[in-house]
Amino acid sequence: MTQLVLEQALNGLQFGLMLFLLAAGLTLVFGIMDCINLAHGSLYMVGAYFVAAAAQAADSFWLGLGAGIAGTAVLGLLLELSLFRQLYRRDHLSQVLATFALILIANESVRLIWGPAPLLLNPPAALSGPVEIAGFFYPAYRLVIIGVGLVVAALLYLLVAKSRVGMWVRAGASNREMTEALGINVRGLFTAVFVFGAALCALAGGLLGPLLAVQVGMGESVLILAFVVIIIGGIGSIRGALVGALIVGTVDTLGRALLPTLLRATLPADAAATLGPALASILIYLLMAAILFFKPQGLFPARA
Amino acid sequence: MSIRLTALAAALMLAGSVHAADKIKVGFVSTLSGPGAGLGVDIRDGFNLGIQHLGGKLGGLPADVLVADDQQNPDIAKQASDKLLKRDKVDFMTGIVFSNIMLAVGPAVFQNQTFYISANAGPSQYAGEQCNPFFFNVAWQNDNLHEAVGKVVQDKGFKNVMIVTPNYPGGKDAVSGFKRFYKGKTEEMYTKLGQLDYAAELAQIRAAKPDALFFFLPGGMGINFVKQFVAAGLSRDTQLFAPGFSADEDVIKAVGDPMMGMFNSSHWAHDMDNAENKRFVADFQKAYGRLPSLYASQGYDAALMMDAAVRDVKGNVADKKALQKALEAKRFKSVRGDFKFNSNHYPIQNYYLRVIGKDAQGRVTNKTMGTIFTNHADAYAAQCKMK
Repeated sequence: MTQLVLEQALNGLQFGLMLFLLAAGLTLVFGIMDCINLAHGSLYMVGAYFVAAAAQAADSFWLGLGAGIAGTAVLGLLLELSLFRQLYRRDHLSQVLATFALILIANESVRLIWGPAPLLLNPPAALSGPVEIAGFFYPAYRLVIIGVGLVVAALLYLLVAKSRVGMWVRAGASNREMTEALGINVRGLFTAVFVFGAALCALAGGLLGPLLAVQVGMGESVLILAFVVIIIGGIGSIRGALVGALIVGTVDTLGRALLPTLLRATLPADAAATLGPALASILIYLLMAAILFFKPQGLFPARA
Repeated sequence: MSIRLTALAAALMLAGSVHAADKIKVGFVSTLSGPGAGLGVDIRDGFNLGIQHLGGKLGGLPADVLVADDQQNPDIAKQASDKLLKRDKVDFMTGIVFSNIMLAVGPAVFQNQTFYISANAGPSQYAGEQCNPFFFNVAWQNDNLHEAVGKVVQDKGFKNVMIVTPNYPGGKDAVSGFKRFYKGKTEEMYTKLGQLDYAAELAQIRAAKPDALFFFLPGGMGINFVKQFVAAGLSRDTQLFAPGFSADEDVIKAVGDPMMGMFNSSHWAHDMDNAENKRFVADFQKAYGRLPSLYASQGYDAALMMDAAVRDVKGNVADKKALQKALEAKRFKSVRGDFKFNSNHYPIQNYYLRVIGKDAQGRVTNKTMGTIFTNHADAYAAQCKMK
């Protein structure tokens, strides 16, 4: 049982860190620019496709990952310059409509270019097996994802909390007008943050590609979770995104594994199996509702 | 006047039913996009190869195949098939992959008195009480391949088996089929349909320590499950078993080496030694650049079956009774070898054990090990009272 809990905790950490990569970009764009970007999930999908296509062309996962991230960052730059700049001053409804249109365009474009069947993305051969930790085997590739996630989280923390650029970002998130009045080039900052968010999306998409499937529509389901994360964590806060992502990842994974086991003791197998995952996914939203009730600004509000 | 007109119309209709049709229209509705697309594409390619081998004809008449994508959505499938039935007035329907879609489309097809030759979906409903003279399944009944695995697992003496399957009607059929022939201890785990990350399930499997694992996860679900199962190191202690659906060329191509050593059941295999199969496998590879899967073989057989029946009735497909008799007679040579139709229009046939390994050319692929069932019928035929 302890082994099951430990393994699930690792799975939860891995899931949470990947959610964090997505939520970090989303929370900054939403928090600083006050722009709702529903197409954030599409950047994740396009990033995964870029990584898969580049990895197949270069016959190397890591080269593909690098090229895919760079490609998605360039795409993010073009999107920001052409479309999002026009959206910042519009109201939220225009932003939702425009970015929803982007989702549809992205899905159909991907279908046109790569076809309806999922793309194959394999992890590097050296990482495809299991490694032994604390008396049980755990997939090496998932450990690498945890490692990369932790490193990126630490770098992001240093960047946002300790560097001058990070100070501007935080200042922009808490009071945009005042930051502009102090002579910061907020326009350039917005572009940089958006491009950075797109690159993080591609990193998450590329890392998760071998575990899940690189397919059309993969961005939508994960986008909902990313929004839950930033609402729990507090919009505009990197620290909030990290804590929120870890909470959501752990609650979802532990709930999915432990609830059926507990329910199986009392209920028939198929009822327990139906009820378990349903309850586990409700748990996340219950948590979000509770946090909205007690702390409407989230756990770590940026505009405190 | 009106009476005369009616009489004239009736006479024309009668005349039409006596004369042979000038071409044979086939409505092909299948899942050609989304995660289940690989299955539909294989059936389509197999069917088209069949038509090609027949010189673009069915029973000597030019074949006109109208293809539509159901997007794995029963509503879209229903719209597409209604159009094919009412506007295009097709002579045969085929192609559907998933049983829930078959059950949604079936009533309208039968109402229209159009013959449906299923190249995949074999729901228990149409094998039992709701069996229909206009429904034929050229592949198998859903439970059959699961029953065959259950028999193998039982005979090999496994005692503690975990079953992983999606929580939907097809998954529950798989469990009941498996348990019809496996009598030991089981633990069932139901996942969400379309789930891709199995970390939570794999942790539970590790904790439960079963000696064998039977999974039925069609399409992309199975690809991810096997990859993650092997990456988690579970393949060292637990033997994997699956029906042929979860272990055919579409899955092997995506997963590769980790599939090695997996046992599975099928009514057909690409290494079966008969002249029809050799020609089919060689030409399929030439045409599409990949090995055919069982789905492709079923599509191919569906084309041959229509051809033989149309030839039998000399192109007069309007005579439904004669066409039904001709279809039941099964006068074509299947790539799986000999089989015949049961009273419920489902096959009575052999089922084989296959294992995945490297062949002489170093490819990872299926190899036939032996026969599990000989002339096996489904469990529902007794409930069928064919009119």
